[in-house]
Formats: sequence, structure tokens, C-alpha cells
Amino acid sequence: MAGQSPHVGLFVTCLVDLMRPSVGFAAVKLLQAAGCAVTVPAAQTCCGQPAYNSGDDEDARAIARRVIAAFEGFDYVVAPSGSCAGTIKVHYPRLFAGDTDMAKRAEDLARRTHELTSFLNDVLQVTDSKAEYRAKVTYHDTCSGLRELAVKTAPRALLGGVKGVELAESGGAETCCGFGGTFCVKYPDISGHMVDAKADDVIASGADVLLGGDLGCLLNIAGRLKRRGAAVGVRHVAEVLAGMTGGPAIGEGEG
Amino acid sequence: MTTGRETILGNIRKSLNRGPLSAERAAGPEHRLKAAKPNLVPARGAVEGAERVALFIAEAEKVDTTVSRVAAAAEVPGVVAAYLAAHDLPTALKAAPDPALADIPWSRQSTLAVRQGGPEGGDEVGVTGALAGIAETGTLMLVSGPHSPTTLNFLPDTHIAVLTTGAIDGTYEEAWARLRAAGSEGPEGAFMPRTVNLITGPSRTADIEQTLLLGAHGPRRLLIVIIDDQGP
Amino acid sequence: MESTSRTFEDNARKALIDADLRRALTKLGHGFPVKRRMAVERLPEFEGLRDAARAIKEDVLENLDFYLERFEERVVEQGGQVHWCVDAAEANQAVLAICQEAGARTVTKSKSMIGEEIAINEHLEANGITPVETDLGEYIIQLRGEPPSHIIAPAIHLSMDQVTETFRQCHDGLAADRELSEPRDLLEEARAILRQKFLAADVGITGANMLIAETGSVAVVTNEGNADLTMTLPRVHVVIASLEKVVPTLEDATTILRVLARSATGQETSVYTTFASGPRRPGDSDGPEEFHVVLLDNGRGAMLGGDFHDVLRCIRCGACLNHCPVYGTIGGHAYGWVYSGPIGAVLSPGLIGLEEAGHLPNASTLCGKCEEVCPMRIPLPKMLRHWRTRQFDRDLVPPASRAALKGWAFLAKRPALYRAATGLAMRLLGALGRRRGAFRRMPLAGGWTAARDLPAPEGATFMAQWSRRKGARP
Repeated sequence: MAGQSPHVGLFVTCLVDLMRPSVGFAAVKLLQAAGCAVTVPAAQTCCGQPAYNSGDDEDARAIARRVIAAFEGFDYVVAPSGSCAGTIKVHYPRLFAGDTDMAKRAEDLARRTHELTSFLNDVLQVTDSKAEYRAKVTYHDTCSGLRELAVKTAPRALLGGVKGVELAESGGAETCCGFGGTFCVKYPDISGHMVDAKADDVIASGADVLLGGDLGCLLNIAGRLKRRGAAVGVRHVAEVLAGMTGGPAIGEGEG
Repeated sequence: MTTGRETILGNIRKSLNRGPLSAERAAGPEHRLKAAKPNLVPARGAVEGAERVALFIAEAEKVDTTVSRVAAAAEVPGVVAAYLAAHDLPTALKAAPDPALADIPWSRQSTLAVRQGGPEGGDEVGVTGALAGIAETGTLMLVSGPHSPTTLNFLPDTHIAVLTTGAIDGTYEEAWARLRAAGSEGPEGAFMPRTVNLITGPSRTADIEQTLLLGAHGPRRLLIVIIDDQGP
Repeated sequence: MESTSRTFEDNARKALIDADLRRALTKLGHGFPVKRRMAVERLPEFEGLRDAARAIKEDVLENLDFYLERFEERVVEQGGQVHWCVDAAEANQAVLAICQEAGARTVTKSKSMIGEEIAINEHLEANGITPVETDLGEYIIQLRGEPPSHIIAPAIHLSMDQVTETFRQCHDGLAADRELSEPRDLLEEARAILRQKFLAADVGITGANMLIAETGSVAVVTNEGNADLTMTLPRVHVVIASLEKVVPTLEDATTILRVLARSATGQETSVYTTFASGPRRPGDSDGPEEFHVVLLDNGRGAMLGGDFHDVLRCIRCGACLNHCPVYGTIGGHAYGWVYSGPIGAVLSPGLIGLEEAGHLPNASTLCGKCEEVCPMRIPLPKMLRHWRTRQFDRDLVPPASRAALKGWAFLAKRPALYRAATGLAMRLLGALGRRRGAFRRMPLAGGWTAARDLPAPEGATFMAQWSRRKGARP
């Protein structure tokens, strides 16, 4: 692959696709700036995690089969989400544990799949950034990214290259925000308390902006901060790294 | 009728997809039991001599144990008397009939009233020996026997344990080796005393609002007197 | 005990407005996890010890029958007895029979999760024998008629004032105006009362942290020393233990001990670790005359090699509770049965049924913190998923959730249809929400919007915009 630009298939993720497409474009920009050729397979919808985490293995497998097929042949598959990348990387092989042929294909995809910041930092070893973002930010380590993929230093290293960013770590950066996919709608009272504690922690950090790498968590935290009337913006880390922070932060209006 | 034993062993074997271990397959676990080999041992305890004693003392003090070091058994009564006086404690002691304590000239300290035996109601200060000290965590290893009643380690409010520097091991593994060596010749496992107490500091609880309090059910305080037998 | 796991949601709601509990949980969150981290940082070999501990237990599970038989041989050689009990009823009966044989009226008990699992206290009481819990926390909740809310800190949910009130109510014959305003006062009162119970008991029942196959010993760990008084003073010592507690050697036990206290309370080691091997020996002036080990299976043997095999490595340290954000929000009682937190959510469905405990595996965000801190590296989230799969397969999922999931999956498997449906919906929602940026209310999303706004989508989906811009690869 030396000398050639790596061909990356972008796994957009369903939440970015539906809720915040700008994160997808930020990811494309970052990957292209790092010298990748980016393709977005049209046959993608979701990684299947909602089915997988709900015990619906049959649908999870059916969806996984499509993802595996859609992303065959790329040098790398990159997702702007630790959660979706984790599903593909860690859980797809488990889903097909009893099926040698599919397991092999799942393993192959797993090997090629990366979370966005980890791919940029650890695989491509991107160091320079042309972005500038004058803000005091705090970083939320999303659970799947942190614990399934060990994404911890990559986003911080990349943010270190962004001019103007001041990082204010919060005490509970690694504590779950209470999103948990379907958890937040199945157990809204518990989830509500958890995200409230997360909001306390974010506010206590003194940051102007909370960044993270998973839109599910960010929607959850932004929604709670907004409900509390807190003046902390929430953005996906890709937006800042790509210098695409012109639009409103998550949950903020244009008006 | 099938006994519980047969049912349970049968369940286990069914889950493991096999019958009772063949002699050949049992060789592995059999060897494991016979060899009783140390696993990963933390480097912390791998210290010798003065350093080992210092580690033992430092670790013990971290968990609210008081440690006194004396040059000879003759100095023990004085140290004990001073400790009891400093804590405003009774001077009647119950000492284990442990030969290891035989060299202590209690009578030199006229303020102390020392009786030998197991605890009876009302004993407030107990004196025991210890088979070993474990430097790694500042722990005592006490073993039961005719000369070392277990209850003396627990019933009195104050526990005083006397051991020599030579009895201080670096790690648990060394203390187990010492115990194995001290045990009688016999079938494997036969070295084991009825009770082995590993004691690390005085009794404590944090069950009320997570507030740490010493003296829950066992001793409220623990004094370890170390007799230097290695010479300068 | 009767389970209330079915009403988990209500239990949790009550927990969320219990001010004493909230205070206790906040304190817990700042206590054990911080101490654990400090202890781990002090021991460079900690991760290696976790691997070693895990390997020991895996060897045990692979040869469980062998080690149990060897353990029994040693116990018998030393003059003790092992009672093999298939289920809770058999174990209760075995303990009762020993107590009756001993003519026991009162028995002292040190904390045992197996005792809770089989509800031994209820069984003894129903047969005219009075069990007295001696672990301070366990004693307090016994007086209050409550189950433990934490594996190693059973009364963690209570405030000091609640304990004071309980002691005033339950401790007869003491001055009504006595000072009970400090934790120390409460401890002294309990210590004095329990000291008498220790001395008077006919039988002492303890749990076991480990059973040592090499020596036929029972290892029991406490900070209070209550297990030692329980096992040494009465005439009869009964150990109740589940079969996976066996380990090969003293050295193996040592490895596990090195991760146990550090994971549990953040101590380097607990104050008392006792290895008890059989009854009183010739020449001994104390110790029990009888030594019984009641060995409980209760479905564990059947778990070997299956989906829940790994949970048999559990050493009941409570680290998964201490670090679980859900446990930290609702406490232990909401789970509704003996075991709470992540380990409870994995164990309970197997012990009281998935119908009964169905909420528990779902009441987790699968954040993975439990697995991260588990000294035995038990993949708890994976097992929670196993239960969810079984629930789904056995049709135990509420019809509305199932229908919603199936509807979503139908679309997710059909990209073109998915794109058409979502493209339209997002454009609509985007237009509605653009000005404010978020919705305060949303039909069908009441759970979400009860506590938080729903950020509005930007409008056209990524895929719609992308295909307009580039023309996508088919």
C-alpha cells in the first residue's frame, strides 16, 4: 500500500446519517486530508447494534451480513463512532462464531475497521492539523470506544494539534452518560439521573464545549444540558478536528 | 438412591462432557496440588534483611498496627508496660503458653501481672507469638495448637504479638513454605494446623455510613513487638 | 427471600427519591473506586495477578470434580464432614439437621452470600432456631428485616440516624436516653451485645471465600473478626459454600487474595484471613468439636462450559457494584433479590428465573466498566447480552418493544426503503426543529424527553446529501 492512497469505506453510522450529517462530512474531510480515497457504500443503514443489544441476534446477523458485504474490498473501514466500530470490530465475529465462512469474513472486516480518531492518530499517525478552535473543551470518553477499542489518547492527541483548543479534563470523563442505546428509553428515570450527573460533571469542568466521539452519547448529554439551560455546547470531535464548527452545536438552534 | 454427591459430580461431568478424570488426565491437577508452586509473586516482598523488616513495619503501621522493635527478649516487658501505660490499659496480661514466649522475663516488670493460658472472660490484654510476619502487607501468621489458642487472638481488647526478625518473611509464599516446613511429615496437607490466622492490623468496620472504626469484634488495637535476633 | 425483581422499575423510582440512599451512593462512588485505584497503582503486578487468578479458576472449573473430591478427602481426614447439596432446599435441610443434632437454640453467623441465596435464616427461624448475624452491617439489616444492598457492604444504603433508630427499637433493656449520636456509640453497643451472642451460640455458621483442595481448608476473610469468633467459640462450625469456591493450593488462594481486597475495598489485604481445617485437635484448648462443610450446587454445575461459565470465576468482591453507574444511581435493593449490580443481573435470572428477573439484564447500559474492574475478568456485559438473547428467543420481551424493534430491523435490512423513509422523516423533523435546535416533547419519545431535550436533526440525511454530491458506489 506504500505510495498509494488507502481506500477507506466510510461507515457513516445511522445517527450521523439521520441526526447530524455534518459529522459525516467532517469525517470525509479529515480522511481525505490524510490522503485517503473515501467511498461511502450506499448499501449501509446501521450496524445492527439495537437488535444485537436487544437480544434479537437473528436480525443483528442479517444486518451484519449486509454490512460485511457492503464493506468488502476496502483497505480500511472507518466510523465516526466508537460504539458502531466496536460492534463491527468486537461483536460481529462473536455473532458468527458458529459459522466458519461468515466468521472469517467478519474477522476480516473487524481487522480493517477503526474508529475515526483512532484511525487518524494510531494508523495514519496524523499529526498536523490546519484547524483552529478557540475554546475550552472537555472530552467525554464514550464507553464502547474506551473499553472495547481503547480509544483514549487518540482524540486528545489530535485535539492537541488544533490551534486554540484548551483541554479541561473532567473527573467523570470515563463515566457512562446513561444513554446505553435502548436503555435510555427503557429505563428513562435511571437514565435521566445518570445523564444529569454527567451534566454536573461537564459543567464542573468549566469547559465551554463538550466533545466526544459518539453521537448517541452526545445527543443525550446535549439534550440534558439544553434542558437545564446550561451554556455548554456539545459537538462531535470530528467537527472540531475538521474545522467545521460554523454551524450550531448539537441541540442548538439557528434562531 | 443417588446421593447429592453423585448427582453433583454427575452434573459437573455432564457439563464438561466427560466422565471422572482418567489417571492420565488427573496427572495435571494432581501435580498442581503436590507441587503447590507459587504463581506470580509481587516484587514488593522481594527484599532481605533490614529492608525486609523495615517494609514489614511500614506496611503494618499503615493499617494502624503499633510496632516496637527491641534488641532482646529481656526488653519486651518494658516495651509492653510502656505501651499499656501510654494507652491507659490494664496491666493484667494473658499470655499464650507458647515456648516462643518462654524467654520473656515478665517478672522483671513488676507492674505487669502475667498469667498463661487461653482466654477467659474478662481478659483485656492477650500476648501471643506468631509463626511468621509477612512484610508484603505487614501481616502476622498465627497458627493454632496446644500452645497457641486461637481465641486469644480475638477476644481480648488488646492483642500483643511477639516475633523475631528472623520470623519475618518477605511474601506470603515464603510464609507458606515456612509453615509447610514446620509441619509434620505425613500425607500432603497434613502440615496444616487447625487454624491459620493471617492478621493485618486491628479489627475494623466501615458498615455505618462508610466511617472507618477500629475494634469491631476483634481486638481494638494491635501491638507487634519485634525482637532483633539477627544482631547488628 | 421473596424476590421483588419484577417491580424493578418501581423499585428504582423509589430509590431515586430516597435522600438517605442518594447520599450513601454518592459517598460510595467517592470511596471504594478511589481506594481501589490507589491500591492498584501501588501494585505493578496487579494486571498480571488478575490473569493468574483467572487462570487458577479456569483450571479449577476444568477439573472441578477432581478438586472437590480431593477437598472432601482432606476434610474427612481431618475429622470434618462434607454435605453435598443439589439445591437450596437440601442445603437448608442439611444445616438445620446439623443444628438440631447439636441441640442448637441460637446460632451465630458471619456474612455469607450463599446463606442469603438459600435463605438459611428464614429456614432456621421457621424451625425454632435463632440465627444472629454478626457482621455489623448484616446485623443491622437483620434487625430491620431487610436484604443486603451490597455484596460486601450490606447496610451501605442506611444512614447513621436509621441505624440509631433501629438500635433504639430493637435493643431492649438499655437506657432510653443513652448516647447514640456517633458511629462509635453504635459500634460499641453492637459489639457488647454481639460479644454475648458469640459466647452463647451453640453453632457458628460462616461462609467461605475459598475452599482449599490441597489442605481441606476453608478460607474466610473479614475485617471485623466476626467470622473467627463465629467459627471458634461454638461447639459446631458449619461452613456454607458453593462448589466453585474451591481452589487447588494455598499459593493459589494467595494469588486470589491479592486481588480480592484490593478490588473490593481498596485494602492491600483484609484484616483477617483465616484458614480453618477441621475440628479441634488433641491438645487444643479451643476450636469447634464438629466441622461441617455444606457444599451447594444450585445450578452451578450445569453452568460449566455454557454461556454463563465465566461467572463461576466470581469471587464476590463487589467491584462491579462499586463501579457500575446504574448501581451507583439506584443502589442494591432495586434489583429485588440477593445479588445486585452487574453480577446480580447475571446471576439472578439463573437462580430465580428469567421471568422473575427479566428486567435486570436489561437495566444496564453495557458500558463495560464492570468488566474493566472485575479481578477475575468476567465478561459481564457479554453475559447480560446472553440473557437478552434468551429473553428475545423465549418471547419474554414486551410486545410493543418487540414490534418496534422488528419494524426498525425490517427497514434496516432494506437500504432503499430505509433511505426513503428516514430521508423524509429527517427533513420534516429538521424543518420543525431548526429554529430552536431541539424538541422539548416528541410523540413516542416521552422516555427521552422526560429528562432531556431531543436535539433536532440537521435536515437532509448524510446519505441523501452524499448521493446528490458524489453519486454513491452501488
